[in-house]
Amino acid sequence: MANTLPPTFDRTGRHALTPAVDHDELARFNFLTNLNVHLGQQVSPGNRSAYEKRVKPAFKKAAGRDPETRQDLRKAMRNDPYYQFWAALRRNTMEQRQQSGRHVVLRQLDDLIGKAKSFNDGKDTLKIDGQMKVPRYLARVDNHCMPGSYYTEVVADDILAGANYETGLFVTTAGSMSSKGDGGGRAIVNFVKKSFADFKPKRILDLGAGIGVNTLPLADAFPEAEVFAVDAGAPMVRWGHARAQAMGYDNVKFIHADGDNLDFEHGSFDWIQTTMFWHETSTTAIQSMMKKMFDLLAPGGLFLNVEQPNFKPDTPLYDQFTRDWDAWYNNEPFWSKLHVMDVFELVKNAGFDPRKLFDGGTEADIEQGQFQPWSSTLSRHKHELKDSGDVKHNQYKGERWYLYGGWK
Amino acid sequence: MTEIDVNKLANAKAKGKRPYFFDDPAVERVLSITMAVATELAVTRERLDTVERLLEDGVPVTKANIDSYRPDDDAAQERQQWHADYISRILRIVHQELEAIENESLNEDSEKLADKYAAA
Repeated sequence: MANTLPPTFDRTGRHALTPAVDHDELARFNFLTNLNVHLGQQVSPGNRSAYEKRVKPAFKKAAGRDPETRQDLRKAMRNDPYYQFWAALRRNTMEQRQQSGRHVVLRQLDDLIGKAKSFNDGKDTLKIDGQMKVPRYLARVDNHCMPGSYYTEVVADDILAGANYETGLFVTTAGSMSSKGDGGGRAIVNFVKKSFADFKPKRILDLGAGIGVNTLPLADAFPEAEVFAVDAGAPMVRWGHARAQAMGYDNVKFIHADGDNLDFEHGSFDWIQTTMFWHETSTTAIQSMMKKMFDLLAPGGLFLNVEQPNFKPDTPLYDQFTRDWDAWYNNEPFWSKLHVMDVFELVKNAGFDPRKLFDGGTEADIEQGQFQPWSSTLSRHKHELKDSGDVKHNQYKGERWYLYGGWK
Repeated sequence: MTEIDVNKLANAKAKGKRPYFFDDPAVERVLSITMAVATELAVTRERLDTVERLLEDGVPVTKANIDSYRPDDDAAQERQQWHADYISRILRIVHQELEAIENESLNEDSEKLADKYAAA
């Protein structure tokens, strides 16, 4: 049973900016991580039994038919006491994680801001736009129950959103993204190196990069490249830049900007990457930004996106319901819209040649050591997709990370 | 020094109407407080574990030594196992409900059962 336990929080990677975490804060993170794991592995699967044994039969009895849409299913499940308990616990655990992470950062906010400034001040690798207008879709939603979202500034030179994001990532992902939280970025690099061995990008743009956890592996993989991490949250960008500098990265520029209004030259990038970004943006913004990304790419450039796989006509309703859960109850409402879009249509409409589109999958890349055996036990979507046979495209085999994109 | 109210800001509510899943939101509020208290007990238990390990190793039990303590692999494993066992104990009722859903035979009414098996 040993490998079913997550690593302890003190195993996370540290750098010069890492907030001090005292004994009890560490224990609190350990408890919440274990609670997340327990809910995910031992309570959540019971929802399926509740659905099959009583929710579905009751629905059929009342409506005279089986549930036909994920909305039918979601509404019906809301009345089930077992599901209610799981959902209430899951929501509450996320709120506890936010509170705990924020408290750690807030109690040492001045110190952390000072440290961040010591890495940020006077650097031409950081650009903060004091006049930037937060896009309306972003301003309305505190994604994944993160109070104030990515952009709110509590004090001048604030880094709260970024530092809290980094501190809590371990708890939210139950330690499954490696000690630096960059398992996703490393997975992307593995995919690109394996699929496009001759690809040597000179300028890389990571749109919606947050604090750049998944951007830094791109810089590792292509040390000669000029890498830009763009995000609309100033506290994320400040923290991300300071963190990257503290970790020794000097080829990554952090730009605070709305992705719909970027100050880059036409055709100036060889690779534009988004990682778990589009599901936090509105439909209009996706369409508009994708067109702009097409414009920013040089001919022969790569547009690569990582997201949860979208629903297909034959995706079982129950899987749609579980994948939609965070949209409705973890404050990620736009995800529900994205789930039913055809991502290839989106990319085509942005200007890409339909013959140059592709998709695929890859596993999170975790460093050897304590994180490795643990990570392999966690791959929610993988087992979900294997069970349902929802593998429609050519390359995707239900791996942890779904990637799609095109060449210009 | 910036004056901020740390607890108030840490507790800030995320935008958007909070979903309540139970029929009565009061139940959910009490569950939320119960889980917060359960968290703090786990925190205290982990601290006690640290104190015991320091004592065993002959290290002075000071606040500084407690805060700087980092478990080795075996100790980390034992502490994580304690969390897993503890969570399993406090969520017993949830798991028993699942057993009842999955196995109808566990749901016989005691009164009916007394009549049914009176002669057994």
